[in-house]
Amino acid sequence: MVVAIVLIGIGTYLTRLSFIGAFGARRVPAWLERPLRYVAPAVLAAITLPEVLMPEGTMDIVPSSNPRVLAALVAVVVAIKVKNVGVVIVVGMAALWLFDAWLG
Amino acid sequence: MTTRERALTDGFKAMAPMLLALVPFGLVLGVTMAGTVVGAGWGFATSFIIFAGAAQLATVQLLNDGTALAVVVLTALVINIRHLMYSAALAPAFRDFPPRWRAALPYLLTDQTFAVSTLRFERATDPVYRRWFFFGTGVALWVPWQLSTLTGVVLGAQIPESLGLGFAIPLVFLVLLIPVVQTRPGLIAAIVGGGVAVLASGAPYGLGLVVGAVAGIAAGVVAESVGRR
Repeated sequence: MVVAIVLIGIGTYLTRLSFIGAFGARRVPAWLERPLRYVAPAVLAAITLPEVLMPEGTMDIVPSSNPRVLAALVAVVVAIKVKNVGVVIVVGMAALWLFDAWLG
Repeated sequence: MTTRERALTDGFKAMAPMLLALVPFGLVLGVTMAGTVVGAGWGFATSFIIFAGAAQLATVQLLNDGTALAVVVLTALVINIRHLMYSAALAPAFRDFPPRWRAALPYLLTDQTFAVSTLRFERATDPVYRRWFFFGTGVALWVPWQLSTLTGVVLGAQIPESLGLGFAIPLVFLVLLIPVVQTRPGLIAAIVGGGVAVLASGAPYGLGLVVGAVAGIAAGVVAESVGRR
C-alpha cells in the first residue's frame, strides 16, 4: 500500500515536471494532444457511474434499495446551477438521507 | 513593494476564490480516507506525497477495494496524465527560471495553479514576477489543502459509517464532471467511459476503471474526428 502511494507520488511529480524539465521538446506531440483532452470526462465518469449505480458491487437502480441514483440526479441538477462543491455535497447528502428515510 | 512581494500577494489573491471549492473537497476527502483501510495517517500523507485530489480519492478507494497495487498505480497515473498537458503549456514561461525553480515549482502544478497562472502569464512577462506569482498560487493552494484534509482525517475517525458519507466521493466527481462534458465529444467520452466501467466492474484486479477510462478516451477521440467531417 505504502509502495503504491509513493510510486504514484513520484509518477505524478514526473508528469508535472515532464515538459518543464525537458530542454528539447516543448510541445505535446499531436498524437497525444487529442486523447489528453478526453482523460478528464472519461476517468471521472468511470469512477462516478459504478459508485452511483452499483454501490454494493452489483447493478441496483431500484430507488428503495439504492437511494444513490435519485440523490445523484438531484446533485447533477444542483451542480449545473451552482458550481460550488460544498453546496453540491450538502444538497446531495441531504437528498440521499431523505430518499433513504422516505423509500427505504 | 518589490516585484517579489507584489507577485506573491497577487498569487494569493488569484487563488482565494478557488478555496471555496477546495476546502469542502479536502474535508470530505479526509473524512473518507480515515474510513478506509489506508487509514488517517497514510491517507493524510497522500496530500503531500501525491497532492492531487482526484488521484488521492481514487487511490484510497481502490486500495480499500483490495485492488491489485499495479492497477492502483496505473489508474492514479492515468488520472494525473493531464499534468503533461499543463507542463507543456507552461514550459516556455518556465524556461527563463533558474534550474532549481524549474525542478521545484512543478510539484505545485495543479488544475487550479495552471488555470490561474496561464491567464496571468499572458500579460505578466517578467520571469521574476512569474515565478513568485506561480509560487504564491501554489502555496495558497497547498497549505489549505493540507489543513482541510488533515481536519477531515481527524474528524473522520469520529463519524459513523451509517451516515453514508462515502457518497460524497461521487458527488465531488459529479461537480468536476459538469464542465468537461459541455462539448459533444466530451459528453460521449463520459458516457462511454462510465458505461464501460459499469459493464467491466467485475473485471479482475479492479481493472474495470482503467478499461472504462481507455474506452471513454478512445470514444472521445473518435467522436471528435467524426464531428470534424
